[in-house]
Amino acid sequence: MLELTVYGIVFGSIISLGAIGLSLVYGIIRFANFAHGDLMSTGAYVALFMVTVVLGWMGIPDTNFGSLSFGWRMLIALPVSMFVVAWVAIALDRILYRKLRVKGSHVGIMAMSSLGAAFIIRMIILIVWGADSLFYRPGILRPALELPVGIKIRPDQILILVMVFVLVALLHLFLQKTKLGKAMRATSDNMELALVSGIDTERVIIWTWGIGGALAAAGGILYGIDVQLHPYMGWNFLIPLFAATILGTIGNIYGALVGGLVIGIAQQVSTAFLMPTYKPAVAFLFMILILLVRPKGIFGGKD
Amino acid sequence: MIILEAKNITAGYTTEVNILTDVNVRLESGQIVSVIGPNGAGKSTLLKTIFGILKPANGKISLKNEDITGLRPNKVAQKGISYVPQVDNVFPSLTIQENLEMGAFIREDDYSQRLNEIYELFPILGERRKQKAGQLSGGQRQMVAMGRALMLDPQVLLLDEPSAGLAPNLVEMIFEKIIDINKTGVSMIIVEQNAREALKMADHGYVLAMGRNVLDDSGEALLANEEVGRLYLGG
Amino acid sequence: MEIGGIIAYLVSLAIMAGIYAVFALGLNIQWGYTGLMNFGIAGFFCIGAYTSAMITTPMPTGVYAKYVHQIFGLNLPFVFGLLGAAFVCGILALLIGIPTLKLREDYLAISTLGIAETFRLIFNNEHWLANGPRGLMGLPQPFQNWVDPKNYNYLYLVIIVMIVLIIYFLIERGIRSPWGRVLRAIREDEVSASMSGKDIFNFKMQSLIFGAMIMGMGGALYAHYTKAISPDVFTPLYGTFIIWVMLIAGGSGNNKGAILGAYVIWAIWIGTTFMTDLLPPALKARAPYIRFLLIGVMLEIILLYRPEGLLGEEKKVSKLIG
Repeated sequence: MLELTVYGIVFGSIISLGAIGLSLVYGIIRFANFAHGDLMSTGAYVALFMVTVVLGWMGIPDTNFGSLSFGWRMLIALPVSMFVVAWVAIALDRILYRKLRVKGSHVGIMAMSSLGAAFIIRMIILIVWGADSLFYRPGILRPALELPVGIKIRPDQILILVMVFVLVALLHLFLQKTKLGKAMRATSDNMELALVSGIDTERVIIWTWGIGGALAAAGGILYGIDVQLHPYMGWNFLIPLFAATILGTIGNIYGALVGGLVIGIAQQVSTAFLMPTYKPAVAFLFMILILLVRPKGIFGGKD
Repeated sequence: MIILEAKNITAGYTTEVNILTDVNVRLESGQIVSVIGPNGAGKSTLLKTIFGILKPANGKISLKNEDITGLRPNKVAQKGISYVPQVDNVFPSLTIQENLEMGAFIREDDYSQRLNEIYELFPILGERRKQKAGQLSGGQRQMVAMGRALMLDPQVLLLDEPSAGLAPNLVEMIFEKIIDINKTGVSMIIVEQNAREALKMADHGYVLAMGRNVLDDSGEALLANEEVGRLYLGG
Repeated sequence: MEIGGIIAYLVSLAIMAGIYAVFALGLNIQWGYTGLMNFGIAGFFCIGAYTSAMITTPMPTGVYAKYVHQIFGLNLPFVFGLLGAAFVCGILALLIGIPTLKLREDYLAISTLGIAETFRLIFNNEHWLANGPRGLMGLPQPFQNWVDPKNYNYLYLVIIVMIVLIIYFLIERGIRSPWGRVLRAIREDEVSASMSGKDIFNFKMQSLIFGAMIMGMGGALYAHYTKAISPDVFTPLYGTFIIWVMLIAGGSGNNKGAILGAYVIWAIWIGTTFMTDLLPPALKARAPYIRFLLIGVMLEIILLYRPEGLLGEEKKVSKLIG
């Protein structure tokens, strides 16, 4: 059980990365992005492309760092992929969502268009890489470390936790200390007042998508490092992402962090009683419970 | 010198229904102009149209002879007009200081001097600068809202019902602050339910009803006017 | 390909498109008229198909019982399967609606999506329910003794067309009634509709249930056409997304549009199969993904440039207005 909880925290922190991005976007433009899970996939696969093709061609060695399963290539690929997916997310908004938003389209139309975008991204991944599961470093042994208190955890997973912590801390600093970060929080509070105050809300929206996309990419890559890559990985994250976001209160990124951890732990612990394939159903159950009992999420407040 | 003029403004929220029809308002430099009238007269709509939140179907808005009709709010703000909405006029999850900083978003220069001036104007805000705006009382929130608008060092300030929902002693305080702000050279258009107080402060007043101009005159004259007194000032 | 073969092929296309037309009509009640975002059509598809399958087949006995597990088997005629599917889906819609209809629209979307996925997982994993991933096979076809198996599809096409027409006329009647007008008012502006005193929740629920019942019938019609069903048929792509594309392409809020959209999109979908012959060998294995990519891109183009679809919304909805 302890082991499940520990892994639940690792997996949950990955969910958090996606949920934070989803929550940010939702908080500012009130839009449920059904393509967010597939942005995670995009990040994972862009990194795969870099690690297997580009960086090899560039002559970066393929060796890994000690007991970690990755090395220089991933160290470069991860931030590059985050940057690329940040722009993919921004492009998605400019080309598609923004046009519908400006027209005043019904929520359903926008949701449907994001669902369509999700499928488009997934089809592209399937076309380029096929339907099989892939790995960043196939065939590598990934032994677990034994920590005190009987906790077993792999070195990769420790790094995942560190990475998530660092990213969340950076985001926190950005939102609290920088002018643009404060403008994002202001716009999330009240977009009309932000406009009235002279805040460039279009720029805020672009940054929101960029950050959301970058975090999603990181989540996808970390999952790929820990488990595997497959074209449906993003879709499988969708329900846990929404569950975590709603649980943590839409628009609240610290809530999304907590929500991700809760959902992650719940999903892992559930495997003690249910078959692992039911994990998305467990996330869904939590989501329905929250919607019934406390739809505004644990941190209450805005809708 | 006329600093702001709205001429023949016809505007509404939808194309079918006009809230304002052919409305004229003029603001001279350094003045306080009060706009009074019954509920639904279109007073708030007038401010929103001047500030660019609404685009008028007809008419012209000029700032010192520059045509600013239909400019988007952040452009209007850049020109030197600030607007304080009646409701939802602070960022609740941001601190007082952060609210004020947001007011200065457009500014490229060092605005710490201006920040101190605002804190001098509203000392209680200075004491609580790290507090979240959502936790403040109504009167304090109104001060934050006005402070935020003033961070831009505007030439013109548009206030939408600054005394709304405030206890009488706070109303008095807010109006005193408004006069203080005016003394620093900011011209103002104030929309108010509290017609009597609004006219007392005003150099010039406009009475709006059913979306049209009914009457305008100096503040004193309107206060003395019997019909205005009967209809709009509660006898 | 000789003419007989071509006609047989077209007939099978028409049947499949007709089945999807039934789903599109059901979605049109929920989304087109009431504005409910049902992203879980696959769930009703699944339940409708399985219910009808198990109503119309006997419980496996003897040797079969070792290989085929199903939770019940009534061995009743097709008509009971069809009605049973509708009934069960109606009940299901009621149960789903109670917690979710009060939520905002995008929450409804993710909830229905989750429910559909959960059903698929359950049917896939619980072998005692309906034979797990292997699914059910050998489903009977209505009136199968009347014609030569070679020509059966013509009969089934007639059945499909009749059912589509019946459903179409029923919905058209319903929409022109006061009930239908309330639904449209809800989609346009829920706040003012609720202020006119009608119980919004009840209307939404009725819309959800009627739409679901029709979708259940669609599931049954599918099952008895293909004679075999398994959980991997009812995916978000083939069981939900494609139906949304059909309705949006044809015209949300327009029953003719729903039917037209089904036929047009299905024709395009099948049409792209021929395109795969033009692909270089390396890409042939990826053909279904390329085809679906095209459908997805098409949807986005429609949403951006012609969201009202081919026929647009139906203008005349009152006998009085005309």
